[in-house]
Amino acid sequence: MIRVLLPAHLRTLAQVNGEVKLEVESPVTQRSVLDALEASYPMLRGTIRDHVTHQRRPFLRFFACAEDLSHELPDAPLPDAVVTEAEPFLVIAAVAGG
Amino acid sequence: MSTVRVLVGTRKGAFILTSDGKREQWNVSGPFFGGWEIYHLKGSPADPDRLYASQSTGWFGQLIQRSDDGGKTWRPVDNKFVYDGVSGTHQWYDGTPHPWEFKRVWHLEPSLTDPDTVYAGVEDAALFRSTDGGQTWQELAGLRGHGSGPHWQPGGGGMCLHTILLDPANPGRIFIAISSAGAFRTDDGGESWRPINRGLKSQHIPDPSAEVGHCVHHIAMHPSRPGVLFMQKHWDVMRSDDAGESWQEVSGNLPTDFGFAIDVHAHQPETIYVVPIKSDSEHYPPDGKLRVYRSRTGGNEWEALTKGLPQHDCYVNVLRDAMAVDSLDACGIYFGTTGGQVYGSSNAGDSWTPLVRDLPAVLSVEVQTLS
Repeated sequence: MIRVLLPAHLRTLAQVNGEVKLEVESPVTQRSVLDALEASYPMLRGTIRDHVTHQRRPFLRFFACAEDLSHELPDAPLPDAVVTEAEPFLVIAAVAGG
Repeated sequence: MSTVRVLVGTRKGAFILTSDGKREQWNVSGPFFGGWEIYHLKGSPADPDRLYASQSTGWFGQLIQRSDDGGKTWRPVDNKFVYDGVSGTHQWYDGTPHPWEFKRVWHLEPSLTDPDTVYAGVEDAALFRSTDGGQTWQELAGLRGHGSGPHWQPGGGGMCLHTILLDPANPGRIFIAISSAGAFRTDDGGESWRPINRGLKSQHIPDPSAEVGHCVHHIAMHPSRPGVLFMQKHWDVMRSDDAGESWQEVSGNLPTDFGFAIDVHAHQPETIYVVPIKSDSEHYPPDGKLRVYRSRTGGNEWEALTKGLPQHDCYVNVLRDAMAVDSLDACGIYFGTTGGQVYGSSNAGDSWTPLVRDLPAVLSVEVQTLS
């Protein structure tokens, strides 16, 4: 299982508390995690990445293992610690708005 | 007894205000979708329990919410707004070509007859329609494709399609307005469109009388007389008596003819309301006095309505979709301010009371009169 932590507003939208756990087939990548997330929670489609281009929304970042993975290729493997459930995959909303 | 439901969209969520027909005591529920911008929410005339809401933020983009029980519960429906075919370009602020990019839904207009059909006016300007209760959206691409689209430019608030008027006497006829392109009309249900801006004059464009390029802020219509339109333009209050074929200025004795909101009395098609705003760079009422102006003559002759409204030190704005009317016998008028007040009048504007004072900045106000 892959652990995913969403920003508060997306947890509200998806009606989940705390982390989401997802079954993701290998290889575990940003794309495969987000595909699995959107399949389980269709209301999140378009809120993290664009419907058509699948580009990450500009004010969101992807972190894991104290690293910013936002600019990694979507098909790059995620760290082993994410795959083994030791660490969550974090979707982070930018601190903005004054 | 009748019930009135006021649907309020704000910068940080939606609120629903309800009262009986006396309109003296108001119950406030919400915030719904707290923390999100609710540009607009509106109920279906065919099924008042069916509501649609436009929910967005810069972080997470656009969502559309739907309620089937009058706003008690909501569920997200489809939020995929994809321009039809090649999206093309419009003009950017500096006049260079800029690709059409979807940003948000400004206005949702449910069909007059079918609860599952709803129109969405979006930024960058385009008109979408759903015929399945918001499960899917399709662009009515004839609007952007009719020819003038590459010449449209954004206004200060973005290039938004903010007004959608459905003609109750002619199912094929729809009026829309775009800042800062102007007004447009279809007579065939959205297949083909043409600009309807003859008579508008805008000094901020090279040809003040150009076919497109006018910053129309809002248009209102009385359902019994759909060929008569009233417009609050960036500057100037206008009227058309021929379904937009031509426009005449009716600003008359207004203290300023800049403003955003305009609406029509529910039972008197020649009685109209505006809220004059000082100027395009000073988005607050003149002299710190919040005044609604009413004309009983379809324009030109205006009276200030001040009773119950702040008459000193008031510097709020009233945005284009933030005024609405109920259809009770003594017509109720409602408007919301960027200071978070929603004011109501149960006597056609003669006097006003705040329904609620301290909401986030109000973006839109719609009213449902329920029997």
